[in-house]
Amino acid sequence: MSIILIAVLTLTGLSIIFGAVLGFASVRFRVEGNPIVDQIDSLLPQTQCGQCGHPGCHPYAEAIAGGEAINKCPPGGESTIAALADLLGVEALPLDGEHGSEKASKMVAVIREAECIGCTKCIQACPMDAILGAAKQMHTVIADECTGCDLCIEPCPVDCIDLVPVATTLQTWHWQQPLSPEKLIATDAGRGIAA
Amino acid sequence: MSQPFFELHDFKGGIHPAENKHQSTELPVARAPMPSRLVLPLNQHIGAPARVLVQEGDKVLKGQLIASAEGFVSAALHAPTSGTISRIAEHALPHSSGMSGMCIEITPDGSDTWCEHQGLADYRDHAPADLLALIKNAGIAGLGGAGFPSHVKLASSHNKPIDTLILNGAECEPYITADDMLMRERAAEVIEGALILLHILNPERCLIGIEDNKPEAIVALKHALQASTKDAHKIQVIGIPTKYPSGGEKQLIQILTGKEVPSGGIPADIGVVCQNVGTAAAIHNAISKGEPLISRIVTLTGKACAQPRNYEVLIGTPVNELMQHGGIDAGLMQRLIMGGPMMGFTLTDLSVPVVKTTNCLLAPTKKELPVAPAAQACIRCGMCTEACPAQLLPQQLYWFSRAEEFDKAEAHNLFDCIECGACAYVCPSNIPLVQYYRYAKGEIRIEKADKVKSERAKQRFEARTARLDREQAEKDARRAARAEAAAKAQAEKAAAAPQPDGAAPANTASAASPAPVADLEALQKKLDAAKLGVEKSKEKLAAAIAEGSDKAELLQGAVDKAMERMKALATEIAQAKKAAKAAPAAENAAEKSDPNSPERIKNKLELAQSRLQTAQERLSAAKAESSDLIPALQTAVEKQQAKVDELQQALQASLAGDTAAPAAPENPPATGDAFAQQTEQLQQKVLAAQSRVDKAQERLSMAIEQGSDVLDALRMGLDKQQQKLSEAQAALAQHLAAEKA
Repeated sequence: MSIILIAVLTLTGLSIIFGAVLGFASVRFRVEGNPIVDQIDSLLPQTQCGQCGHPGCHPYAEAIAGGEAINKCPPGGESTIAALADLLGVEALPLDGEHGSEKASKMVAVIREAECIGCTKCIQACPMDAILGAAKQMHTVIADECTGCDLCIEPCPVDCIDLVPVATTLQTWHWQQPLSPEKLIATDAGRGIAA
Repeated sequence: MSQPFFELHDFKGGIHPAENKHQSTELPVARAPMPSRLVLPLNQHIGAPARVLVQEGDKVLKGQLIASAEGFVSAALHAPTSGTISRIAEHALPHSSGMSGMCIEITPDGSDTWCEHQGLADYRDHAPADLLALIKNAGIAGLGGAGFPSHVKLASSHNKPIDTLILNGAECEPYITADDMLMRERAAEVIEGALILLHILNPERCLIGIEDNKPEAIVALKHALQASTKDAHKIQVIGIPTKYPSGGEKQLIQILTGKEVPSGGIPADIGVVCQNVGTAAAIHNAISKGEPLISRIVTLTGKACAQPRNYEVLIGTPVNELMQHGGIDAGLMQRLIMGGPMMGFTLTDLSVPVVKTTNCLLAPTKKELPVAPAAQACIRCGMCTEACPAQLLPQQLYWFSRAEEFDKAEAHNLFDCIECGACAYVCPSNIPLVQYYRYAKGEIRIEKADKVKSERAKQRFEARTARLDREQAEKDARRAARAEAAAKAQAEKAAAAPQPDGAAPANTASAASPAPVADLEALQKKLDAAKLGVEKSKEKLAAAIAEGSDKAELLQGAVDKAMERMKALATEIAQAKKAAKAAPAAENAAEKSDPNSPERIKNKLELAQSRLQTAQERLSAAKAESSDLIPALQTAVEKQQAKVDELQQALQASLAGDTAAPAAPENPPATGDAFAQQTEQLQQKVLAAQSRVDKAQERLSMAIEQGSDVLDALRMGLDKQQQKLSEAQAALAQHLAAEKA
């Protein structure tokens, strides 16, 4: 009888101690906010273009954490979908064409400055504050800050904004991947010389 | 000298390709002829492009500054000869991408006139910082091949203790002999440059490392060292075993000191600074002679070159002009390589200029340097691993780069790869390994840049959102403050109006009253408009229902909303009217101190009656429109009615009191006057009541004619009016009776 009593008391004591420890830890080490949202947000391209149907990347990250599909981000493309699938342990779906298609290269908005009438509509539309100008003054895009989200194209009353691919400069140029050995045949000799 | 006692170390890996150096060392360095034009790229160095200081058409002298260093990591640019700036435009660059960039073009005038320049008499009288500034102004960038601005390299190692200065004369790449010939012919300049660097850095020792396949250079330097009288005891010339790539900075440091530069670090981290021997000579020319970097020694070699030899070439000389002079047969050569066979790159455009980092132009024949055969599959033989001087795993890096698993490639220290090409040289499958690594490095750099950019974009977006929220909050606060101020002003006005302001209360009252009246009108107008809107909506709704349209529900909602708005307007009007009437009432109250005087009660009664009247009118109007306001209006009418009755009773009581009071004989005429007035008023009231009864009857008969459904209400109203009439008549009779009495 005493053995049972000792066992019961010991287990009760242990459960009280561990319960207290866990209770303290849950209060002391409480995590503010949802950490998965920030992780998802850090994988999104931060163009804030709204093509996913949410007003910015963070709201979409919240929606994904809430169970929304991960394939609604055209600027991020397949690589972002793969990274999200990897993070969330879900299947990588192909990009949802309803929200737009992935662009081959990065884009940047360019204002044809001679045609700009200075209406400031694009300035208000730009989520990056990347357009400089004032009322009745010519506007211009700060190319370094432009994410190519194309939100400024539609409000322009004179259609003077173009979305052009970012040009490769000497600083951004890099070697391309050589054709893999299996794809080469004898007459391809010389392709992809080592140095 | 101390050669026998110096302990050399070794680095793992490395290869022994055919040297092919003797062809170009048979003849001394010759001066290349003046070209027809000079093309000077603004970015011949690592870092930011230089800023142009001249304009097209400007005359420049030899050695004149034409573009200044922009920012810290940048190098200046000088005119290599006197002439005219003919063009500042894009021009093909000697770059593996084959892209073009901004260049300054000079047409030489042939006189080769120097600008004013002067060297320092003794550099030891000057502080290291001053000497660094002179090096910066001379536009010196590493002449070994990378082109890193020398002043940056020297300055960044300034706050770290440097114990060893290494001059790199290894020149391990096959074919190239530019440094070899420089050391042979200008050994004194190299030693002088080393002494200046010793003064700047103040290390314990200076080691000049030269591969032992250049015995003439070693001898020449040792002779120059013996001839030098200054700090020469610190300098040691050391021959090292010939092995590719012992000329790599990290490899040479390892050979000479036994220390390894940490991954991702710079030599200064282990107390070492490494400079090319050519750079040392250029530093000597800049400090002691005041001559900027405007020319360099370039090896022209290869079997397609009729006479391989080294030339002193002005920076900016187009390659095709130099080829012509050097006797390179374009038909014979398989391709033209800038740099050596291991790390150089093929030029696609032969109009590109010689730049500060160009040490060799190699024109091999097809037989001499055959086209690499087609790559085959990796057989995991491991030869690349044995050849790698950086002790990496080239085949792992290859697989990762090929599969685009860049994170794994990075984890395998891809960025420690010096791209020497030893792995590709030994690969039995002829896989272009270095190109894979360069591709992977480029992709990783772009990925990192994107990450930085997206982080910045996020910050900007969040800052913008915060700013918009703040602006909105400010706007709301301003609006609230304005509304409050307006309400306060109105309250003050209302308070000021009924103030018994001395002798002119009527004036204030009249000044105060127009506002409510105007308000009232505006409200009434709104109400009318709302009514009209409701009518229209109702019509539309009926039409929609008739058509069975799916808009019916929407319209119903709109109608309901409009009705609500109308109700709200009606209450507002009622309030405004009350306020408008309260003002004169209050004024009267102020004038007459006795609240129970008959005058006052009468006023009240009149007010109540008029209110009752409006309420009844509104009720009948509402009934005519069969509005849903009827019950509310009905109760309002009843309330007003009760008030009117109450006041009438009070008036009668008061009058009864009055009739008793003026019985005093002292003041009969005054009393008589009062009586006359009261009689008149009562008569008027009776008349008014009479006309109201008439009106009510008229309305009732009209309603009967039209068969309206509000008959009962109208009848009730008529009864009430008649009752009121009889009451008024009774009051008049009573009054007259009292007078008679």
